[in-house]
Amino acid sequence: MGVQARGNLREYGLMIALVVIMVLFQILTDGTLFKPLNLTNLVLQNSYIIIMALGMLLVIVAGHIDLSVGSVAGFIGALAAVLMVRSGMHFVPATLLCLIAGGMIGAAQGYWIAYLKIPAFIVTLAGMLVFRGLTLALLAGESIGPFPTQFQLLSSGFIPDFLGGSGGFHVTSLVIGVLVAAAMFYTSLRTRLNRQKHGFQGGPLWVFILEHALISGLFLYLIYLLASYKGIPNVLIVMGILIAFFTFVTMRTTIGRRVYALGGNEKAARLSGVKTERLTFFTFITMGVLAALGGLIFVARLNTATPKAGVGFELDVIAAVFIGGASASGGVGKVLGAVVGAFIMGVMNNGMSIMGIGIDWQQVIKGLVLLAAVIFDVYNKSKV
Amino acid sequence: MDNIILEMRGITKTFPGVKALDNVNLTVREGDIHALCGENGAGKSTLMKVLSGVYPFGSYEGKIFYQGEERHFRDIAHSEELGIIIIHQELALVPLLSICENVFLGNEEAKYGVINWDSAERKTKALLEKVGLHESPETVVMTLGTGKQQLIEIAKALSKKVKLLILDEPTASLNENDSEALLALLFEFKSHGITSIIISHKLNEIKKVADQITILRDGATIETLDTPDISEDRIIKSMVGREIKDRYPKREPHLGETIFEVKDWIAYHPLQADRQILKGINLHVKKGEVVGIAGLMGSGRTEFAMSVFGRSYGRRISGEVLLHGKKVDVSTIGKAVDNGLAYVTEDRKTFGLNLIDHIKHNITLANLKGVSKAGVINDLQELNVANDYRKKINIRCSTVYQTTGNLSGGNQQKVVLSKWLFANPEVLILDEPTRGIDVGAKYEIYTIINQLADSDKAVIVISSEMPELLGICDRIYVMNEGRLVGEMLAKDASQDKIMRAIIRSGNKE
Repeated sequence: MGVQARGNLREYGLMIALVVIMVLFQILTDGTLFKPLNLTNLVLQNSYIIIMALGMLLVIVAGHIDLSVGSVAGFIGALAAVLMVRSGMHFVPATLLCLIAGGMIGAAQGYWIAYLKIPAFIVTLAGMLVFRGLTLALLAGESIGPFPTQFQLLSSGFIPDFLGGSGGFHVTSLVIGVLVAAAMFYTSLRTRLNRQKHGFQGGPLWVFILEHALISGLFLYLIYLLASYKGIPNVLIVMGILIAFFTFVTMRTTIGRRVYALGGNEKAARLSGVKTERLTFFTFITMGVLAALGGLIFVARLNTATPKAGVGFELDVIAAVFIGGASASGGVGKVLGAVVGAFIMGVMNNGMSIMGIGIDWQQVIKGLVLLAAVIFDVYNKSKV
Repeated sequence: MDNIILEMRGITKTFPGVKALDNVNLTVREGDIHALCGENGAGKSTLMKVLSGVYPFGSYEGKIFYQGEERHFRDIAHSEELGIIIIHQELALVPLLSICENVFLGNEEAKYGVINWDSAERKTKALLEKVGLHESPETVVMTLGTGKQQLIEIAKALSKKVKLLILDEPTASLNENDSEALLALLFEFKSHGITSIIISHKLNEIKKVADQITILRDGATIETLDTPDISEDRIIKSMVGREIKDRYPKREPHLGETIFEVKDWIAYHPLQADRQILKGINLHVKKGEVVGIAGLMGSGRTEFAMSVFGRSYGRRISGEVLLHGKKVDVSTIGKAVDNGLAYVTEDRKTFGLNLIDHIKHNITLANLKGVSKAGVINDLQELNVANDYRKKINIRCSTVYQTTGNLSGGNQQKVVLSKWLFANPEVLILDEPTRGIDVGAKYEIYTIINQLADSDKAVIVISSEMPELLGICDRIYVMNEGRLVGEMLAKDASQDKIMRAIIRSGNKE
């Protein structure tokens, strides 16, 4: 049981770091960080990073890397503009086409990497250059917008308040928040009771209650803050669903298990019957689709497709995954870790901007935090 | 009075749990070609590593006297300074660099760090001529065959002004012509006063070139013989003579019909397209039978097992695999597993386990279907399976959540076995299942093998430990250089007979 507790401690270390950084910036910004408006902005600004981090986590756990995601995001944004704005296509088929295009890009890169064994670093570096160029070409150097209002709702819309009155609160959001917190608690409790029924002790009850009280408390507090402004943004729902989906896949499915086995020891996985090449291929397709989604969200938020969209995204996305505890050699990494990692970067970005720190120093600090996080993680692992 | 160039006295070297060398003595006369013989694991390579400084002074007991003085070698460079050069079985050349670069690697013709390539190339040419090579010094090493690479290693040794040359299995991967050339070279060196120690299994070659033979067995010196009067039988007897104690659990074999058969199995080397590794293997295993494959390292046994198991090794593979008398397609690992094949790899750390993951996940990897429904893993079921095997196989761990990388070798092997047992195979191929494992754990693994046979599975055990094969198998095949050169029932077999089959086939070449 001690071994499991240790593992949990590492995860909690990450959450604690997030809380500490949040509190730190709350103080440094004189309370601006947690103002409902700012918090909402924080979520909106980091949504695409988090969504792309989900795909990147799979790629990194599988033992590879994808440097092209920023360029692909920008390219798909441009594609969306050409389809919706220039050609007037309805936003639903246009969105679908864009996601499929992202998947095809992922497949193309994944093919070289998985089947021809060309290092992912090189293939996706090439992809990064190629799609940056194609973005420019597609846009003919211009910015294209505005997008249909329906489409903009993806990034800037909020869920309607079905249950609300005219009070300042977005009641539906609160209700959803409570339901989600309750659901998380319920599934956790059920697993615990199930295990105990089969004779596996789960650690002291009070610790269990405390963990959940803290997490649920924090979660509900944030929901409350959001509810005080405009409620839960649409994109947060999308994020929530994807996070739940990817957490489920990585922790509970055979496919997820095989990806971790592949990253942990590719030779052993292959000799155990895991179809390693196909699996790698699929992780890159997934990354492509999520990069496309990220690009769409970004372009919907800006309401314009620009040639510079997506520049540097890959660095934020990769940093998020590594801060979240992934290992550079593969086989290690958690979805929740990547999400918390992305939020840590997001809070730092946001907080430092509020404080008026220039972009230059923001980059320095972000880089140092990434380095510190990885050093801390490697040190921890070597101690075990 | 012969001049003794080397005397190793009372050398003892221990690794955790294993005494590799036990009070070994070796005396080599100057200018001799001295052969070192023994089975796999007898301690020959270890002894040479002690001599050359790979295992530095302080990591072993005993004394080394070289050129009359006691020596304490700190590392390889230290022994090389005195002219002791060792050429390992795995050649130490950098494949992508040229001959010249390799020859002077670490010993460059340089002044203040700047290499003088002209001088290096000139010297390389001269050295190559001495060993009989006519390639340009700029040739990239990778493009040359093993025979020539071996000669380049020797050229490298010459550049370091070698006085005592140690060759570990120098002709193991050479064809007849190249072997002849190499042996001729050794004679030439002898005439220039260079002493050679050659570790080899090829007794016929040893008889041709060696002046004296020292035989090691189980880490101890058995005897030193003067070659001219010696017969191969005499050498073999010394190499293998040991009693088999009661280290193997008893079993009553109940054999059924043949369930696994391989016909005319041929495979080529994955990189060297015309090097045939498996030259037509035919074998069969009956239900409830434990069949062993004996042979020396490099005989092709692992290559055979891996090429059968989903073509995980080799190219231009041909042959038939039959299960219960019917041809089956085992051309991918997935198909092999689905058809009831399991292969427990030779190197459990590199090929058998995900060392950063825990026992539970490792055990279920080959049969995730068995603990999942519609792709969703049933955590509790998986936990039960893992704990089941933990009990059945006696995996010593605190919980099944322990990282496999932290387990002892024996327990790691048990995890790998559990993985394959859970995949419910009909035929298990175990490759060196007890390598690096202590006696107690070995017994446990033999018991598991017996249980497998008793549950009507077919088991193939590949092992370099002949007593092990004699102790647990019903029938033993002998493989050498890609061919089956012998087949005998265990009760009629002996280490002697197995060794003889190997030697005989080696001589035919």
